[in-house]
Amino acid sequence: MADAGMLRFHVPEPEVRPGGTPDFSNVTIPKAGSVPRPEIDVDPRTIRDMAFSIIRVLNRAGEAVGPWAGLLSDQELLEGLRHMITLRTFDSRMQMAQRQGKTSFYMQHLGEEAVSCAFRKALRPGDMNFPTYRQAGLLIADGYPMVSMMNQIYSNEADPLKGRQLPVMYSSKEHGFFSISGNLATQYIQAVGWAMASAISNDSRIAAAWIGDGSTAESDFHAALVFASTYKAPVVLNVVNNQWAISTFQGIARGGSGTFAARGLGFGIPSLRVDGNDYLAVHAVAKWAVERARANLGPTLVEYVTYRVGAHSTSDDPSAYRPKAESDAWPLGDPVIRLKNHLIHKGVWSEDRHTQAEAEILETVIAAQKEAEGHGTLHAGGKPSTRDMFEGVYAEMPPHLRRQRQQAGV
Amino acid sequence: MPRRTMIEAIRDAMDVSMERDNKVIVYGEDVGFFGGVFRATQGLQAKYGKSRCFDAPISESGIVGSAIGMAAYGLKPCVEVQFADYVYPAYDQIVSEAARLRYRSNGDFTCPIVVRMPTGGGIFGGQTHSQSPEALFTHVSGLKVIVPSNPHDAKGLLIAAIEDPDPVIFLEPKRLYNGPFDGHHDKPVTPWSKHELGEVADGHYTIPLGKAAIRRPGSAVTVLAYGTMVYVAQAAAEETDIDAEVIDLRTLLPLDLETIVASVKKTGRCVVVHEATLTSGFGAELVSLVQENCFYHLEAPVARVAGWDTPYPHAQEWDYFPGPARVGRALLETLEA
Repeated sequence: MADAGMLRFHVPEPEVRPGGTPDFSNVTIPKAGSVPRPEIDVDPRTIRDMAFSIIRVLNRAGEAVGPWAGLLSDQELLEGLRHMITLRTFDSRMQMAQRQGKTSFYMQHLGEEAVSCAFRKALRPGDMNFPTYRQAGLLIADGYPMVSMMNQIYSNEADPLKGRQLPVMYSSKEHGFFSISGNLATQYIQAVGWAMASAISNDSRIAAAWIGDGSTAESDFHAALVFASTYKAPVVLNVVNNQWAISTFQGIARGGSGTFAARGLGFGIPSLRVDGNDYLAVHAVAKWAVERARANLGPTLVEYVTYRVGAHSTSDDPSAYRPKAESDAWPLGDPVIRLKNHLIHKGVWSEDRHTQAEAEILETVIAAQKEAEGHGTLHAGGKPSTRDMFEGVYAEMPPHLRRQRQQAGV
Repeated sequence: MPRRTMIEAIRDAMDVSMERDNKVIVYGEDVGFFGGVFRATQGLQAKYGKSRCFDAPISESGIVGSAIGMAAYGLKPCVEVQFADYVYPAYDQIVSEAARLRYRSNGDFTCPIVVRMPTGGGIFGGQTHSQSPEALFTHVSGLKVIVPSNPHDAKGLLIAAIEDPDPVIFLEPKRLYNGPFDGHHDKPVTPWSKHELGEVADGHYTIPLGKAAIRRPGSAVTVLAYGTMVYVAQAAAEETDIDAEVIDLRTLLPLDLETIVASVKKTGRCVVVHEATLTSGFGAELVSLVQENCFYHLEAPVARVAGWDTPYPHAQEWDYFPGPARVGRALLETLEA
């Protein structure tokens, strides 16, 4: 081959930057209902193309179509809609509370509500999620008290984590929600270890690992896939591709590979891609992967294709790195509106009832907020004691910490 | 009483723990079928099955990260990192996760894991088979850090570590695996079968974490040491004929400050010895604690003998390793100060 001359360095760039016209023409969206639904014991080698497609159930008309449809009753779908509205309302109230100085920090789920809310309903009690900071829908959909979440966000005297953790870093063993860490991707391999433990113990519980598109670049993502593959661990490996890692577009983490789901193929892990804004599709795919794990068929990797509509966090301003109206152009739409339209199409819901539901939910969230604020906010009212700061480092407090606690005057 | 090498004692500790509690799981690189590159897990897979003792992919972060998940489930993993020099890929999991899980979840989740790793030099291991990274762990709130120096302690401390409800870093001086070593590399090594601390009782016993042992009572100067340096310090005391009190710390975190302070208040002098590099090594913490707690009893500055602040070399092994001559010099200087 001829010498091409000087080498050139390649750095991927998103299609559009601030000031530009949003453009998702490069995102191929298969028709709803077009991707087949294999048996859970399918030979993984025969479904490799699923890592490059997108499983969708709801079409533009709001109809549920294809082989992944029909798993949920109207009642379950209405409940799912309620969970998503609750999470969205919760987010907007807490975002506001942060702006009012009642807490230091918050992270919204705007646009990603279907992913965690629908996934939770595919699990059984006792299963364990290893979430990131953007899966609070797992708690909402499992009935974890909103007041407890707010107490944690406010670091008040009723904070279940005693004020030790940054807001939104919840923990609830009872609700199958592993303690959140600020260190990205660490929980992904831990989820695999939990699943290995369940298999070692001949249990029937399974684990669900969670990671964002950006964090798949961390080495623990790779470690998790190796271990899950080697030991056929009963775990669902979830990748939430919301297109953005703070200011970095997903192409920086994805590089030349076609999709994040495709990462699983090299490890021999069946890998599916799903419309993350389609409550029905998320639930159906989650259920498929969960059943596979429970049937001892091993891990499944699922990429949820969605869009991070909100800022990364309350400390972020996305208008500095992406067009302001980009989320409006996102071809998979809004998960709440899509499920609402489906239920209206089915004749079990209406615009009026939706408006009414939103108002009722807002009232519930405000009531929870009042109750939580009664226990204090970050800078006002009750707060965890200074003694709590020294507890729980070890099961039993060692002498050097006892001395330090004494020095602190508590 | 049966005599065992340190390797045999460590293997016995895992055997006893696995026998007593089916939640104890042992894994790591080459740990399963082969029984470990140092034979520490030999026979465990055959006895307890592949679900209890198995080989792991070459991924330290994967080994420790999965162990944390297992511990959160309710098992008690005792995992191996082949050399302490290779623990760094797992450092995030140890520091950010294992050490903090109980604290950050307010006890909702806990992490009763043991991470075993061969440590220390004196074996021509060069840069990546000789390091002593204990200070990287003693600086981490939420960890316990152990360095045994003999078969009897190794077994009792390892069983205690496995039963402990918190994460434990268990550093095994590989130079001591087959016999005590006082730094005299030119003399033949005595096997553990000829040493009284090679006596290891059968069955279950524990040595409490956080308790030091006085190896050589003395009144002139206190020597704080652990691991291989315990024997080097003892040899230095004999060869200089100085009445040194040699304390084997055994657990670095939490530290047995009481035993240290009582000894230094008695002797009025203190020398700290470790293989690890000097600057910001664990010795700095020991010197600081002695100064804070024994200031008015001190007759001389507290001295440190440590590895030089260089990467661990190969050819210059015995110029690097703090042997009895260097320790002896520090003892004399401290007495004359």
